[in-house]
This record gives sequence, structure tokens and C-alpha cells, in this order.
Amino acid sequence: MGRYLLRRLLQLVPVFIGSTFLIYWLVWSVPGDPFAGKCGERRCPDQYVAYMTEKYHLDQNVFVQYGNYMKNLLQGDFGQTFSQRDIGDIIATAYPNTLKLALVALAIEAVIGLGAGILTGLRRNGFLDNLVLVSTLFLLALPVFVVGFVLQWLLGVQWGIVKPTVSSEMRFSELIVPGFVLGSASVAYIARVARTSIAENRRADYVRTAIAKGLPMRRVVGVHLLRNSLIPVVTLLGTDLGALMGGAIVTEGIFGINGIGREVYRAIVTKESATVVGIVVVLVVVYLLMNLLVDLLYAALDPRIRYE
Amino acid sequence: MSDILVSEQSAPGSGGSGRPSGRLLEVDDLRVEFRTRDGVAKVINGVTYHVDAGETLAVLGESGSGKSVTAQTIMGILDTPPGFVTGGQVRFHGKDMLRMSAEERRRIRGEGIAMIFQDALSALNPVFTVGFQIAEQFRVRRGLGRAEAKKRAIEMLDQVKIPNAKGRYNNYPHQFSGGMRQRAMIAMSLALDPEVLIADEPTTALDVTVQAQIMDLLAELQRERQMGMILITHDLGVVADVADRIAVMYAGRIVEEADVYDLYAKPAHPYTLGLIDSIPRLDEKGQQLRTIKGLPPNLMNIPPGCPFNPRCPMAQPVCREKVPPLLQVGPARASACHFAEELVNRV
Repeated sequence: MGRYLLRRLLQLVPVFIGSTFLIYWLVWSVPGDPFAGKCGERRCPDQYVAYMTEKYHLDQNVFVQYGNYMKNLLQGDFGQTFSQRDIGDIIATAYPNTLKLALVALAIEAVIGLGAGILTGLRRNGFLDNLVLVSTLFLLALPVFVVGFVLQWLLGVQWGIVKPTVSSEMRFSELIVPGFVLGSASVAYIARVARTSIAENRRADYVRTAIAKGLPMRRVVGVHLLRNSLIPVVTLLGTDLGALMGGAIVTEGIFGINGIGREVYRAIVTKESATVVGIVVVLVVVYLLMNLLVDLLYAALDPRIRYE
Repeated sequence: MSDILVSEQSAPGSGGSGRPSGRLLEVDDLRVEFRTRDGVAKVINGVTYHVDAGETLAVLGESGSGKSVTAQTIMGILDTPPGFVTGGQVRFHGKDMLRMSAEERRRIRGEGIAMIFQDALSALNPVFTVGFQIAEQFRVRRGLGRAEAKKRAIEMLDQVKIPNAKGRYNNYPHQFSGGMRQRAMIAMSLALDPEVLIADEPTTALDVTVQAQIMDLLAELQRERQMGMILITHDLGVVADVADRIAVMYAGRIVEEADVYDLYAKPAHPYTLGLIDSIPRLDEKGQQLRTIKGLPPNLMNIPPGCPFNPRCPMAQPVCREKVPPLLQVGPARASACHFAEELVNRV
């Protein structure tokens, strides 16, 4: 186990370097003048351009630039925006908001998705099963921004049940609707995967054994059946958490949440390349670690998986 | 102990007779069908047998003869759909289990009637330790605490002669060998000291040497605990050593019932005769193995008359018209053959 973990962590190094380099290269080679519009109506003074070019090593080749960037990054320095703000600060302010939203979305996915999956997997072809199948198809077919705007308008504006936007305090009650919007497509996936998994394992020999032991149905399903059926669902939830923590440009935008998705969007629009790279690097690391976590969770759920 | 209940197998859909007889477990004129997309398969067509405390009944038959489905119906683990009980009774201490509430039936499982399955690898839950699965019985069914349940589970592992039971407690099923897994399965099913144990082909998935060990263990535990045991098998060799009585099944019916000695010495049904004849013999080494010609009938379309008649070397016109009922042919034996008397009385 320890050796496996070490090997997996070592594998992360080339993946990390490769992906961050690609991002760095891609972002900085986007055509267009990074200083266009930075100085109001006028062209930027040559002095300013020369200073900034020097500061960001823009005159050197991309490998040297990347090397410099990485050197600073490993010391915890994300660099600065063109307007001299620390990018590390931007991430530190925005990331907790994204994290909160992601966790709420994940909780909603797990509770609704898994709940619906278990109920329909046990009683296939019933009314509830058809209801869930149709409604998940509906959720899968609708783009997130449609779900977002419709719920915001309906619950926030028409009926006034919730506030249409999220305040800066990010209260939990305010995050339920955005969390549902963010997780809506995944809720549908998880419900379907859980349903299939439960239905498959429902007929497994060990479930029959558990019934033959005279265990109460609650325990047969909740302990014996669920533990085995959870394996594919956990994979899905884990990779999804990685994706959710990448911020949600659309959902954060609709509900006015100051998260990482909004920051990266803003940075792309204003050509703040250093910010884009900084944020994406964080997201890559988070995603890789989440994947590792999922792989480790497998072993916890299924003892037949051994890491050698 | 061994008088034979006579059933009228030809009467379709008749319910059980329901008379109390003081037996431990009795199956009375049980009928089960599988309703599938392709049609209705009549899997059990009036099966009657019983088992008392301290005796072993072997149920013998080919795959598809309905021996396992009968057991599943007794346990209440028949997959419904497609399986439906259409008639008969399963009485435990005289009480029809098919009419009990789900909760009443659940309480009988494990404590009254327990079952061990053919393939212990798939029958044990792969993600829990063997110890957990045994201790679970004590914790959930007996309400014991964690430590006490663990102690009792280790005792059970000891009883089924698993070496180093304490160390093995925390192993997962896949870390056990085939024979050890079946021992663990036995320990689990005997945890609550059941009155009846149903063993559904308990040794089929095992090596021959291990088979004998497991059968010996089962026979020993059955004697010690004075359980009634229903041993489901297609292996005549296994049966001879441990069974008191044998019921032979064919196409969802009992075709012959007798004690072990009578059945081997003088089968009263041509199907049993065929089975015994097809045991490979050392003194006929090198010769072609004898078989029963043909295949068991399609259960969606059982031939009229005796279901065995298309394969029977003794078949007469009457066999294609009348279903032979299971009738007594001796002091303690019954046969469902029109010519049972001739078979028994032949020299």
C-alpha cells in the first residue's frame, strides 16, 4: 500500500509537468497583444511594454519562460496580474467559494442520485422507475444554463422561495439551488449507474445468501447489496468531484458566485494569461489528487483489489 | 420414520392436504412454474418429501430436475418473477410456511432452516471478511455485542475445523481455498443452530479429495446436532455414504423414494436404474461408458403420460397415456412407475 501510494505520487510528476507545460504554452501563444487596452484608449508606452516584457520574460523562448514560472510556483509564488495583484490571493479568495459549491453539489448528487438509483434498481419497471428514467433523461438533455436560468427565475423570481443570487457570505441555504443546478447532469448519471449496479447485484448469489441467513431486508440491501453496488458510483462521484472543483463558469455566473470558474473566465476575456495558467495549474493538481483518492477508495470498498 | 407420503401427481393444481403429521419439515404436493417470455415452464409438478430430526434425505436428480428450485422454495429465496408457487404446502413443525408473513418466514431462515450453497465463492459476500459474515448472525439475529459475536464466530470456525480460526477471522473469502470457503459457509449456516440444514450440491465445486472431507464434516455435524439434513446432489457416490433415505427427482417430480440400501440393491424406477448403471465401473475399464439415452424433457412441453417415457427402455403404450402416481411398492419405498412391482420383484 505504501509503495503503491509512492509510485502513484511519482507518476503524478510527469503528468503534472506535461499538462502544465501544455497549458502554459497554449495560453501564452494565444494570438493577440497582451498589452492591448491595458492603458486605456492610448497605446501603451514603449517603456511600459519593455518593462512588462522583461518582467514576464516574454522575449525568451517558452521553455525558459515555463522554467522560470515553475521555479517561482514551487516556492508558492503564482506571480502577479498585469495590474500587480497577487494571483495567489485571487485563488485564495475564490477557491473556498468554489469548494463550498462543489461540496454542496456533490452531496446533492450523492443523496438524490444514489437514493433514486437504489429505489429504482430494486423495483425495476415500476412507476417510480419510469418517472426517474424520464426525469433523468430530461436533466441529461437540458444544458446547465437552461436548468440554471429556469430554476433561478421560477424559484427565485416568480415564487420567491429562495434569493435569486448568492450573497458573499455563501450561506448553505443559498447554495442548495446552485448546487442542484451544478450537479443536475451528474445526478442523472449517478441515478442511472446506481440503478444498473443495484439491479445487477440484486440477483447475485451473496444477496441470496444474505436473505437465506434471515437478515432483515433493510440490512440485506443497506449492507450487503449497497457495499458492492457502490463501487462504480464512487468512481463517478470521485471523478465528478475533481470536475466540480474545477469551478463552474456557467453556474457561478448565473448565481453571482465569486468562484474560481468566474475568475478564470474573467482572466481569459481580459487576456490575463498568468492568472489563467495559475488557476488551471491548481485545477490540474486537484483533479490528479482526486483521481488518486478514487483509486484508493476502490481498495477500501473492494478488498479483492490489492495494490502491489 | 420412513413411511412414504403418497401424492397424486396427476391432479393438476391441487393444494396440499394440510393434515398435521408431527414431521419436522415436509413438502406437500408442491408446484412451481417459471413464467418467462417464451412460455410457462412447469418446474415442480407435485413434489412431496419430508425430513425429520437426525436424518438425512438425499434429493437426487439431473440439472433441471427441480431439486434446487424445491430447496429455494422451502427457503423462500425463489426469484419471483419468474418463479411462482402455484400449489402445495411447505410445512415446518406442521405450519405452512407459504402462508406465513414475510417476517415470520424470515425468522425461520437461519434459525429453523439454514442452507449452504454450491459455490461458496459467489455465495459469500466478497467485500466482507469471513468472520464478519459469521459474526453478523450473532449480532443481528441474537443481538450479541461485537466482542461476544466475534468469540462465537471463531468457535464456529473451529467447529468446522478451519486451522488457526482466530487468524482466519479477518480474511476475505477470496483469501480462502475452495474447501476452506465451503467450511466457512457451513460455519455461517450453522451459527444459529438450525433444525434443518439444506445442502445444495455442497461439494460440486470442489476437488475430489476435498469433497470427501466436506461430506464427512457435514455428516459429523449433522449427527452431533441431530439436525434434519436435505442433501441435494447429482452424485450417487456422495449419497451412498451419508444419506438415510433418497428421493430421486425427474422433470419436477419425485419418481422414486427409498432407503439407501434398497435403492442401490433394487431400484424401483427405470430412471434410477439408468442412473446406477451409468456409474463408471473399474471392472469395465476401457469400455464405453453407459448413459441414459436422450435428454430430460423441455419443461415448457412435458410429454403426456410418464415424463420419462421417451427415454425409458421399458416404455409401453400405457406410459404415453397415464402419468404414473407415486405409489408404495414396499414397506418403506415408493415409485412412480407403472411397472414398479415388476422391477422390484425381478430376480
